[in-house]
Amino acid sequence: MATVTTAPASNPEPRQDPSQLLPSKLAHSRPLFDPQIVRRAVIESLRKLNPVTLAKNPVMFVVEIGAALTTVFLFSDFSGFTLQIAIWLWFTVVFANFAEAMAEARGKAQADTLRKTKTDSLAHRIGRNGALEDVPSSALRSGDIVICEAGEIIPGDGEVVEGIATVDESVITGESAPVIRESGGDRSAVTGGTKVLSDHIRIQITSNPGETFLDRMIALVEGAERQKTPNEIALNILIVGLTLIFLLAVVTLHPFASFSVKQAGAGQAPSVAVLVSLLVCLIPTTIGGLLSAIGIAGMDRVMQHNVLAMSGKAVEAAGDVNSLLLDKTGTITLGNRQAVEFITADGVSEQDLADAAQLSSLADETPEGRSVVVLAKEKYGLRGRHIPEHEATFIPFSAYTRMSGVDFQGRQLRKGATEAIVRFVVERGGRAPSNFQELSDRISRNGGTPLAVADGGRLLGLIHLKDIVKGGMRDRIAQLRRMGIRTVMITGDNPLTAAAIASEAGVDDFLAQATPKDKLEYIKREQAAGRLVAMTGDGTNDAPALAQADVGLAMNTGTMAAKEAGNMVDLDSNPTKLIEVVAIGKQLLITRGALTTFSIANDVAKYFAIIPAMFMATYPELGLLNIMGLHTPQSAVLAAVIFNALIIIALVPLALRGVKYRPLDAAGLLRRNLLIYGVGGLLAPFPGIWVIDQLLTLLHLA
Amino acid sequence: MTPLGLFQIVLYFALILAAAKPMGAFMANVFEGKRTFLHPALRWLETLTYRVCGVREDAEQRWTEYTASLLSFSVFGFLLTYLLQRAQAMLPWNPQGLGAVSPDLSFNTAVSFVTNTNWQAYSGESTMSYLVQMAALTVQNFASAAAGIAIAIALVRGFARQEQKTIGNFWVDVTRATVYVLLPLSFVAALVFCSQGVVQNLSPYTSAVTVEGAKQAIAQGPVASQEAIKELGTNGGGFFNANSSHPFENPTPFTNLFQMFLIFLIPGGLTYTFGRMVKDTRQGWAIFAAFSVMFLAGVFVLYHFEQSGNPILGNLGIERHATAAQAGGNMEGKEVRFGIANSALFATITTDASCGAVNSMHDSFTPIAGLVPLFNIMTGEVIFGGVGAGLYGILLYCIIAVFIAGLMVGRTPEYLGKKIEQKEVKMAMLAIIATAASILVFAGISLAANFAEKGYWNAPGAAIANLNNNGPHGFAEMLYAYVSATGNNGSAFAGINANTPWFNLTLGLAMLIGRFLFLIPLLAAAGSLAAKKRLPVTAGTFPTHGPLFVGLLVGTVVIVGALTFFPALSLGPVVEHFLMNSGRLWS
Amino acid sequence: MWRQILPGLRIKLFMTLALGIGYPLLVTGVSQIAFPYRANGSLIQRADGSVIGSALIGQNFARPEYFQPRPSAAGNDGYDPTSSSGSNYGPTNKKLVDRVKASVDKFRKENPDFTGPIPADLVTASASGLDPHISPASARAQAARVAKARGIPATAVETMIAQAVESPDFGILGEPRVNVLALNLALDRAYPAHR
Repeated sequence: MATVTTAPASNPEPRQDPSQLLPSKLAHSRPLFDPQIVRRAVIESLRKLNPVTLAKNPVMFVVEIGAALTTVFLFSDFSGFTLQIAIWLWFTVVFANFAEAMAEARGKAQADTLRKTKTDSLAHRIGRNGALEDVPSSALRSGDIVICEAGEIIPGDGEVVEGIATVDESVITGESAPVIRESGGDRSAVTGGTKVLSDHIRIQITSNPGETFLDRMIALVEGAERQKTPNEIALNILIVGLTLIFLLAVVTLHPFASFSVKQAGAGQAPSVAVLVSLLVCLIPTTIGGLLSAIGIAGMDRVMQHNVLAMSGKAVEAAGDVNSLLLDKTGTITLGNRQAVEFITADGVSEQDLADAAQLSSLADETPEGRSVVVLAKEKYGLRGRHIPEHEATFIPFSAYTRMSGVDFQGRQLRKGATEAIVRFVVERGGRAPSNFQELSDRISRNGGTPLAVADGGRLLGLIHLKDIVKGGMRDRIAQLRRMGIRTVMITGDNPLTAAAIASEAGVDDFLAQATPKDKLEYIKREQAAGRLVAMTGDGTNDAPALAQADVGLAMNTGTMAAKEAGNMVDLDSNPTKLIEVVAIGKQLLITRGALTTFSIANDVAKYFAIIPAMFMATYPELGLLNIMGLHTPQSAVLAAVIFNALIIIALVPLALRGVKYRPLDAAGLLRRNLLIYGVGGLLAPFPGIWVIDQLLTLLHLA
Repeated sequence: MTPLGLFQIVLYFALILAAAKPMGAFMANVFEGKRTFLHPALRWLETLTYRVCGVREDAEQRWTEYTASLLSFSVFGFLLTYLLQRAQAMLPWNPQGLGAVSPDLSFNTAVSFVTNTNWQAYSGESTMSYLVQMAALTVQNFASAAAGIAIAIALVRGFARQEQKTIGNFWVDVTRATVYVLLPLSFVAALVFCSQGVVQNLSPYTSAVTVEGAKQAIAQGPVASQEAIKELGTNGGGFFNANSSHPFENPTPFTNLFQMFLIFLIPGGLTYTFGRMVKDTRQGWAIFAAFSVMFLAGVFVLYHFEQSGNPILGNLGIERHATAAQAGGNMEGKEVRFGIANSALFATITTDASCGAVNSMHDSFTPIAGLVPLFNIMTGEVIFGGVGAGLYGILLYCIIAVFIAGLMVGRTPEYLGKKIEQKEVKMAMLAIIATAASILVFAGISLAANFAEKGYWNAPGAAIANLNNNGPHGFAEMLYAYVSATGNNGSAFAGINANTPWFNLTLGLAMLIGRFLFLIPLLAAAGSLAAKKRLPVTAGTFPTHGPLFVGLLVGTVVIVGALTFFPALSLGPVVEHFLMNSGRLWS
Repeated sequence: MWRQILPGLRIKLFMTLALGIGYPLLVTGVSQIAFPYRANGSLIQRADGSVIGSALIGQNFARPEYFQPRPSAAGNDGYDPTSSSGSNYGPTNKKLVDRVKASVDKFRKENPDFTGPIPADLVTASASGLDPHISPASARAQAARVAKARGIPATAVETMIAQAVESPDFGILGEPRVNVLALNLALDRAYPAHR
């Protein structure tokens, strides 16, 4: 039975530390402008001038047509001014291409490294007749069984069906410490391309050539399968719409201007170069040029955290998450519970209890078991003893009996879940003291786990195992709450224990005695209420929940089934990463919004530069709108166009790195970002265009 | 600006503010099908309408069906209005014996009254019989207003409902809007107008012999009944050519205040209705606040520049400053009883709303004062706006504002718990592009158009010969015509002679685009929104109430409008302002 | 789909009857009973029943002994109620400036005793072309001329003007104003012997 209870009201909000939620590895492993990457990007940005590829980006496509048009008119009517306009319009397109190429190049460089590891190795396949045959790894099909010896490369993705081995997975995870892979259980998955270091294992291959994890990873990193995310598509519609509106405004300006010229009897209608300049300055080239770079860079940033996102959509969804399902163990608490106290039953000496507890734990290699031995030694001076194996029968823990222990010198020493031990005692004619359940519950309520200890039919007492909440976890959860994200703790503990830890960690809700089915139900319930849910998981039985969740982060150590079900894989297998992925998702959306706002706000200043310049000859009085005091109509138009081109380059680092994300509530974030990118975008071009105009005049370029 | 003038503006605003909640709550009850205090008196009329029209009160419609109903309603409205004009010479209640209205003018007028524009290329007292004024124009004033309200309510349902396929029933919404909101208020208002001197009769025009012995024919007609719905339904089509500046339409400052009150009464109230229906009245007040900011800014700019007057006339020895015994300022095209303040206020209100009634001639405003009405309409009339149209218009801007800035809180943008995605953005952009295109393209063509000798479409020569002014003001006159038609406003820089087949046709098309290519996308968005889940509000949700959002919304409206029309405006009112100050004239 | 469309015709016909005939006739009936004078145009009649004009509609006065109304763009000769209209001249229109200049010159010639700046309303065309009012200042500017033409003391005319000034409605709405027709009729009544 799963119990869902809402945790008691949280404690006062802790002091805010803005840096805390920032992904710890945001400092890139590769410098942003790595020379090699830049070189690659420059070449690529020229190649992207091909109108066929550029047509996918309507805004820049319009700029390219404008640039081409201006260039063509150059032949019929040459002037230094038009030449400069044409050059800068081409630069505008190249700069936007460069941004995209930079973002892509980083992924491509990474993909190259991965591809190098994908050497075709020999596989020892067990043939139909049972004999070993050597085949190239590319010939392996799903269902084949292969044998891998120490020092060999694992030929394909699969499950260990027999044996245990240490494996070097640094190719994929970057982590050099070897990991253990063994048959059965949740650590049976192996990845093609990784290397067996010791022992030998028998592997059942689970993927066909070209569909391996490594293949998919290369494709993802390279961005080959990149599809526009829903939000990106919507934003694209917006900026294409704006482009159309400005196209209308500029095209119709021609009859408007002709009318004015005729009426005033002075000046002339603006030239094509000037109209194109106005158009290019007005359409949202900044966001149009950087939009795809932002998306690619967002994926890349997730990658820098050693998380492999299967789609951009998943990263975007991470920003929207309302509920974060966190496993208690390893995420909220330190993995290991520790024995902190022995509580005796009536009429039992502490010494007896400690002695029995230690004996029953001697063969228990879990951290909990070891901590019992240590506690008995430290508190009661009981030295760890060695029990010869043939004199004793060790009873391992099983989910069925929910207890473990040892049969030794005629004694049946057991420790385990209170109910299980009490049943054990009763079965042997003993009885539990009346206050025993109460003692046990008290431990639970304090967030501990009670372990009862019995010697045959005699109930000796309880061991208090304590869960240790990770340092700083409380603050992080409080920050998440401020961002509007509920945290839900998932645990196998009983409801009392869970409630106590939940309150200590400050989570909003918890799911106690959770089975995989409970998790799935919980997620469905949250989604029905309109919430987006993120979770981590590793076991095969987590797979349905991972698939159901909007963001499912599978651990790389987990099973293939889990990895298939989730939409992200954490190569470091660190469940806390989920929080960082959420932050990156938000950062991605914020960067898009910020640059869109900035781009649109920029237009105001450009109007003030170009419109007076256009009509100065017709209506000299319009010079009053030239509030920047730009020197000549030519210098004004040119300055606006140059500013428009340079701002794209200037914002490339921002697009690639993402705007600084602070875990504030929505109103705070909005106020801050509106001020920086909205008001800033309104004001920034004025001095910018003015400075360029000064330089142009100084250099006699206009 | 005089203290009394400012006081009247504040008083007016206080009245609208005070009326918003009761009016809004009443309308929410009406459209949610609850009983109101009017039900005992009028429920029979509602059920009678359903029976006569074969409508089932409880049937719900999808957005496509809702749209089909709206279109059918509009098409039949158009046909009837067209036919009545064409046939008026053969029909009764035509004491002046006015002849049939020309086909192109009938088309233009029918479109105009179906789209709630009430652009008038004719002058009522010399063109339309009493029967047409009543049975065609007055009826369409009710119908187009009721349709506007219905659409707004349908869009609000899109936000209020979740995971539903339907958005209400058009026929029921229109009937309720008419029976409980428009009709009773119009009836009361019409009698108030009569009591102040607005005429209401079916008599022929009265012949008078003036004190100095000249003959004067005094126009008459069923004016009050049309006047009431003209303001209440933000239609704006005057019974007479001079509209609400005509002493028989708007005889006293009191009727003037009452007319202005009627214009904003429903649009102001609908903000509260909206808040009530989405179960968060703060959302409604935020929109009301955004309306108010833009409204007051417009009034004060307009008032300031009109009170400053025209320096060119000032140089002729004319008083420009207000004194206790005269209003000063720019009195060309204004009535003495309204002075500068009430003319400025009325002009702002009528163009904030898609009303288009005028109590002063916008064409004669000083340039920046003329820019205010022009810009108000260019925003899509989302400052209180037309009945229904203002609310659905501002909701479109809410979608855009939330979409752009909402990203900056790091979530997929959502408004009122509804995710704003592809479909909504696409529909909002479609509406904005359609209206911008209609204005800019038609104005551009008309400025360049040249007509052949003996052509049907217009007098031979350039279309700009139809303008009453030259230079930047002439440009503004042309621009205003298409802005007003597309914005379904109906006011004008009225010097333009728009009663030619060319202008009747293009302005008619502009009105159709402005109405239907604006609201059909919105209905589509309503359908898509209604089908979505409503997301819970968390600390991470973009807050759409409070000053920050109000500022953002106002900024979006102003910037979208300004960016689209900056070049046009700078060649019109802006440069004219500089020219006026330097004393340059255009013959 | 026809189910959604057909009601359009039926509701339209029903509305035409109810709102296009029923509602205006109801308003007409009630107002004819309750406000017969106002509902019929606030007409002013002579003793013989012939109509002089409407209290709400301005009319032309050109003779010096009458207060003159504002310039009117309604009809060719001004003040034509079948053709209400403003001039629709923009502020930079030469025709506007010429017209105002002509009005100013004419006014200065006819009213040599008045030397101050001319009230704006007196030389500008109204919106309707039927404005029945002028500002109190505009009335006073003509006082000396009217008094001279009628051969009566200027103070008497000033008194008549003061009595004719309508304050803003409820003291706060609109502008103070003088109804030209009413003032001239009052003058004729008070000093009938001038002819």
